[in-house]
Amino acid sequence: MRKGEITKVSGPLVVARGMRGSKMYDVVRVSEERLVGEIIGLSSDMASIQVYEDTSGIGPGEIVYMTDQPLFVELGPGLIESIYDGIQRPLDIIRDQTGDNISRGVEIPALERDKKWHFKPVVKKGDAVKSGDLIGEVKETVLVTHSIMVPHGVEGTVSAIKEGEFLVTDTVCEIKSDKKVTSLTMMQIWPVRQPRPYRERLAPSFMLSTGQRVVDMFFPIAKGGTACCPGPFGTGKTVIQHQLAKWAEAEIIVYIGCGERGNEMTDVLMEFPELKDPRSGEPLMKRTVLIANTSNMPVAAREASVYTGITIAEYFRDMGYSVAVMADSTSRWAEAMREISGRLEEMPGEEGYPAYLSAKVSSFYERAGRVKAVGTPEREGALSVIGAVSPPGGDLSDPVVQATLRVVKVFWSLEDRLAYQRHFPAISWLNSYSLYIDDIAEHVNKDIAKDFTDISKEAMKLLEQEAELQEIVRLIGVDALSPEDRLILEGARSIREDFLHQNAFHEIDTYASLTKQYNMLSICLRYYHQAQEALARGVAFSDIVGMEVREKIARMKYQPESDMEKITSLNDEIDTAFKTLMSSGIQQEQAGEDADVREGIDTESEKQARSAT
Amino acid sequence: MIKEYSSILDVSGPLLLVEGVAGAKYEELVEIYTDAGEKKRGRVLEVDQDKALVQIFEGSSGIDVQNCRVRFLGRTLHIGVSDDMLGRVFDGLGRPKDGGPDVIPEALLDINGAPINPTARDYPNEFIQTGISSIDGINTLVRGQKLPVFSGSGLPHNRVAAQIVRQSRVIGREEQFAVVFGAMGITFEEANFFIQDFTRSGALERVVLFLNLADDPAIERVSTPRVAFTVAEYLAFEKGLHILVVLSDMTNYAEALREISAARKEIPGRRGYPGYLYTDLASVYERSGRIKEKKGSITLIPILTMPEDDKTHPIPDLTGYITEGQIILSRSLYRKKVSPPVDVQQSLSRLKDKGIGKGKTREDHADLFNQLIACYARGKEAAELSVILGEAALSDLDKIYLKFAQQYEEHYISQGENENRTIEETLDLGWKLLRMVPRSEMKRVRDAYLEKYYDKE
Repeated sequence: MRKGEITKVSGPLVVARGMRGSKMYDVVRVSEERLVGEIIGLSSDMASIQVYEDTSGIGPGEIVYMTDQPLFVELGPGLIESIYDGIQRPLDIIRDQTGDNISRGVEIPALERDKKWHFKPVVKKGDAVKSGDLIGEVKETVLVTHSIMVPHGVEGTVSAIKEGEFLVTDTVCEIKSDKKVTSLTMMQIWPVRQPRPYRERLAPSFMLSTGQRVVDMFFPIAKGGTACCPGPFGTGKTVIQHQLAKWAEAEIIVYIGCGERGNEMTDVLMEFPELKDPRSGEPLMKRTVLIANTSNMPVAAREASVYTGITIAEYFRDMGYSVAVMADSTSRWAEAMREISGRLEEMPGEEGYPAYLSAKVSSFYERAGRVKAVGTPEREGALSVIGAVSPPGGDLSDPVVQATLRVVKVFWSLEDRLAYQRHFPAISWLNSYSLYIDDIAEHVNKDIAKDFTDISKEAMKLLEQEAELQEIVRLIGVDALSPEDRLILEGARSIREDFLHQNAFHEIDTYASLTKQYNMLSICLRYYHQAQEALARGVAFSDIVGMEVREKIARMKYQPESDMEKITSLNDEIDTAFKTLMSSGIQQEQAGEDADVREGIDTESEKQARSAT
Repeated sequence: MIKEYSSILDVSGPLLLVEGVAGAKYEELVEIYTDAGEKKRGRVLEVDQDKALVQIFEGSSGIDVQNCRVRFLGRTLHIGVSDDMLGRVFDGLGRPKDGGPDVIPEALLDINGAPINPTARDYPNEFIQTGISSIDGINTLVRGQKLPVFSGSGLPHNRVAAQIVRQSRVIGREEQFAVVFGAMGITFEEANFFIQDFTRSGALERVVLFLNLADDPAIERVSTPRVAFTVAEYLAFEKGLHILVVLSDMTNYAEALREISAARKEIPGRRGYPGYLYTDLASVYERSGRIKEKKGSITLIPILTMPEDDKTHPIPDLTGYITEGQIILSRSLYRKKVSPPVDVQQSLSRLKDKGIGKGKTREDHADLFNQLIACYARGKEAAELSVILGEAALSDLDKIYLKFAQQYEEHYISQGENENRTIEETLDLGWKLLRMVPRSEMKRVRDAYLEKYYDKE
């Protein structure tokens, strides 16, 4: 093994000489402690190395071992249900070996070496195969069938293949080409900084339903799409990421905890094995891969963690799965880049971030997408990326936010104003956007209901009207509004409180299927339409607002999916209630109404509406 | 082999550049002997070939380029720990300050610690009763949580912290917390207040104090919380004690960090603080928590004063991104003589959901606090409205809410500095106040609890 010598140590940055012949992004081992590092700069025979572990006690004169390999991940059976650090070392096994605290220089393979998997071939001897072709399957968990693919660059005829129990390092298949025979194991490796190839990129046209009403109904993300949720602390970024990891309609979830709290990862580790996937009824952990590089773990490994995560995700995408990657938080990733860049004494761009920040951010998000995978049989996979951003002070002019917004197609704006009012998820319906609405409209309208996008648009219009009316209310008071306008405020309030507000900690409310969402929103709108008509026919505004059926509308969210008729039956109940109201209400109006009651209720609703803007 | 050098090239601010050094290591501990025979300590910040950049903890006064000698000790900064440290006072680097004998160490530990493996963590969910209603009832603290107090100059954050320290216990287990107190750049008076308070309550023998006062070397402060945590980790995870770490004031800590960063001519981040402030703060805060199969725990209460009461200032902002919630003190409540002046709307405990409820506090806790917050928010809005339009313009219901908010501040949030309320008292007080508001307004409470608690009287 070739060696270099350290000349400088400055935090996570180490400079070594005698490194001629090494390449950019090669992995090296630093000092006799064999700390993992990666070459991020070369100048004559000097190399700048970012070290993924704590460098205290390291000094000039110590040795740097070159591996001549880039930073790679191991891909194969055993990924699911694992928890890795930023450079794919299994944290649970590290704990068994080195105790409760993470020590340095640990070398443990990512995939368990002594576990046997049942390999079932899907090709036979004599078949011609090429890169990306499926050669066999392993049932990894109840939810995941792991396809074993021919690694890239291998092509030929199958000369031997066998079924049975194998270790990931055992040869399961031999491929003969003109020149040589290649032995394939169930495991392959892939450099993390290089996107895995695909045959063809497809436009995203299916919704990735998340069970979160504000997301699916108003700001949906497509399978293969990208989204970001920036917001100040305490607005629930992590809760949203967790909710999506739990309920998103993806077959594989890769959750990257990048520079965030240790207890949050513990929460995921404890909760996911308990929670059941709403579609399969199996524990969510059976489809999840966790990458945990908490804020107190070495900063450079944070930089690598997002690449490790997305490469694993691409691998499952190539099998034809719909994969979702949650990165919480990409700001910490950018900060790691900034720290390394500062130590390299590079000329900074905005706020000290390196000038290549935006290029790195966009190339990361660009690895998302819906694709046709390389190889046969034909497979279509999707990789969706959802990144949290933590701008300082919630300021959206932050360079990381701006760089992210330029590439992602969905923006969920988390606002502390909503969080203070305990309106969760605190996604602002006025500032957020999704550019996928038209792309996915065709399929949702066909699969769920033909007016799915229509009611969404109508509800959004109502919310926008509310915001405009609030301006007026703030200036001259609610009394200046016509009853029709007040009804708009009421209708919007109902959408906000009865539909948008969703309690992530309530056992039923935490997830709503698209059908339930559709039913709920159409009930809210039905009430509004009926109310409009009643108002036009002369029913008093206070009577409409005070209707008892509204309490049932408010309780819709707590109805389990199995009791859907309790929600749909509200359609009739609303109709009946309005019929009764119209026959009795008009007489009451003529008899003169109780002004006090009316005033009381009006002020109340007005204020609640105001507090939400 | 320990080597001594007298080849100082450059001194600037708290930094020293030594050349001709062989074998210096990153983070290595250094001793500097001045001409006057004074011994200072430092650590290596950067080594570049034969040049070592040293940060001097005690500041660079008295150092000259010709005559000073620098000795590289060949190890990183370690501290000897022992459970005899309880009841003792140390300086910011862990040297005895109370005139007592040196501690006979049971173990020698690196002050930087090692990150806790996320798989080894146990989720914090044991309720801590602080006896303060605005915390227990609304922003519940749990064992192993990190909950900072965001305050401003002139606000009584020290009194709040002292009260928490004095009264904290876990119900059912009467064992008290041992306290590790790290003072960074606070005044003698402030430190004395804590010592007096610990003495008065008889807690002093359960307290380890690390004092780096305002007139002590500023650079030493960077190590103080790490020293404190090293002792806390030893007592918690080796000796099985439940530790409450109080760090005051993190703003001074961050400023010391900025001073070093500026001296190194690093590219500054926001407001001149270094770009790695988040990582640095995290390496301190994240050392608290619980570990599976370990009896002890570390709960952290850092105190920081927000410059100009600005929550978006980098120090509170980055702290908020790392800690699990925050207790914010409000100047307007303080002016109204509400004590402790906890701003319950902006304060938050992220871990409360797992620490409250049946078997922990009481079944009705979650519903009750949601309802209280909702009513208080409504009352505050009514108060704002009455400022603009006059109280007469309020509806009857709003008048009730307005009164509720006032009573809530006066009786629930405000309590005596020595008043230690049990969780039952806090919860019952909540219900008592809610009875001011009509039952039909109790939209966030389950009917069963309304019957059981609201209708009780």
